[in-house]
Amino acid sequence: MKARTILLPALLLLVLLGAWELYARLGPLDPLILPAPDQIASSLWHDRGLLWDNLAVTGREVLLGILVSVVAGVGCAIAIHLSATLRRGVYPLLVASQTLPIVIIAPLLVAWFGYDIAPKLAIVALICFFPVTVTTLDALASVDPDAIKLLRTLDASRWQVFRHLEAPAALPGLLSGAKIAVAVAVIGAVLAEQAGSSDGLGHLLLQAIPQLETPRAYAAVVLLSALALLLFGALTLAERLAVPWAPRTKRRNA
Amino acid sequence: MDITLQAPPVSAPTSVEVRGVIRRFGAVTALEDLTLQALEHEVVCVVGPSGCGKSTLLELVCGLQAPDAGSVSGAPAVYMPQRDLLFPWLNALDNAALPLRVAGASRAAARAQAHPLFAELGLDGFERARPEALSGGMRQRVAFLRTLLSGKPVLALDEPFAALDALTRAEVQRWLEEALARTPRTVVLVTHDVEEAVVLGDRVVVLSPRPGRVVAELPVGLPRPRRRTDADVVALRERALAALGVPA
Repeated sequence: MKARTILLPALLLLVLLGAWELYARLGPLDPLILPAPDQIASSLWHDRGLLWDNLAVTGREVLLGILVSVVAGVGCAIAIHLSATLRRGVYPLLVASQTLPIVIIAPLLVAWFGYDIAPKLAIVALICFFPVTVTTLDALASVDPDAIKLLRTLDASRWQVFRHLEAPAALPGLLSGAKIAVAVAVIGAVLAEQAGSSDGLGHLLLQAIPQLETPRAYAAVVLLSALALLLFGALTLAERLAVPWAPRTKRRNA
Repeated sequence: MDITLQAPPVSAPTSVEVRGVIRRFGAVTALEDLTLQALEHEVVCVVGPSGCGKSTLLELVCGLQAPDAGSVSGAPAVYMPQRDLLFPWLNALDNAALPLRVAGASRAAARAQAHPLFAELGLDGFERARPEALSGGMRQRVAFLRTLLSGKPVLALDEPFAALDALTRAEVQRWLEEALARTPRTVVLVTHDVEEAVVLGDRVVVLSPRPGRVVAELPVGLPRPRRRTDADVVALRERALAALGVPA
């Protein structure tokens, strides 16, 4: 089963790359519009210094942004969980915050915060805190009421109910939220960079196209995907280590 | 109908005293004028049809709900819900020791205190097992141990054997009897299984369909351990069933 989980996507990827290579070389499109995979691979190697520097910038924005959004998301979730007033008052606003078109907000935030890392973190956090809040909140709310009754007859305080029951029960939810967050965090960072920055892969993408360096633009995309995959993998590993009890997805025809 | 009130034993103090309790949920009356006592270290089994307010009664005894009328008093009680509700992130020993942690003991102290009882009650070797790795019967024993380690004088057990298969049920019932023989407690056990009530109880209290009220009290007074096939057990079971309105 282990081999299949790696082999199957790898095989599919290989087929797609082969088809792409053939189409790019034999098809009607100019390589400036659609570079072949081997050109992209060559750009990955030749521009490695430039790509690496910009990857480091974007990676930092993504990581810090996720950190901010996890802290903010968990904070929101706990506050809403503990207070019915906040649930009524704040929750609708959180949902509304997700309807803000980031593409429009991003330049405004850049105008406000400037070209440094602050607007990037704000945008990544704005996109990412929501899944963390929702999944954590749902996990907190789905704690078995009988377990709470049990703890109450043990004379547990509100804090002890949280500490011994709700917090550990919510951890799998938090990690699920964080996994959704990493997938969108990379998009957020790129949008933020494109709204105004002097470095980062988003900035590099924006520059590579008018410079007719299309393979480099694609190389940047490859790196961005790799970054998201790496973070997702790290979180999956963290999940396995931190919440080994959580019902893991055993849906596959085991 | 045969209603027998148990003569109060010599000098045992009362642990649970439910007097003339009425409990309503909106338009529904769950309990109506319910009066029930449990003496110290007495095992009182409450049987009744589904929805007669048995769980409500236990929550009243535990102070998780307040009656709309009447009074509930007695020694502090710990609640044991129907399902074992072991925490999946704790191993068996830590689950059993949870009440000690809540009472303020450190993790190490709680384990050290729980471990002797753990071993004494036949759970030796399973300390580090996660609940998901335990059988249903073992999980229920750990849950009982957790209830015992609360140190509360009254145990309020809500259908504690309902989720177990017949074979495991008999085994865990015997285990509970042994555990109670070692560390006597007052027990209020609700069940819909009349046989279980007769096998385990010092006294069987039969409730009516909703709104629940006491329709019969049967002192059991048979030597332990009892088997469900004993003639006396069968006879008492039939009396309890008759009180419930089940034709013979």
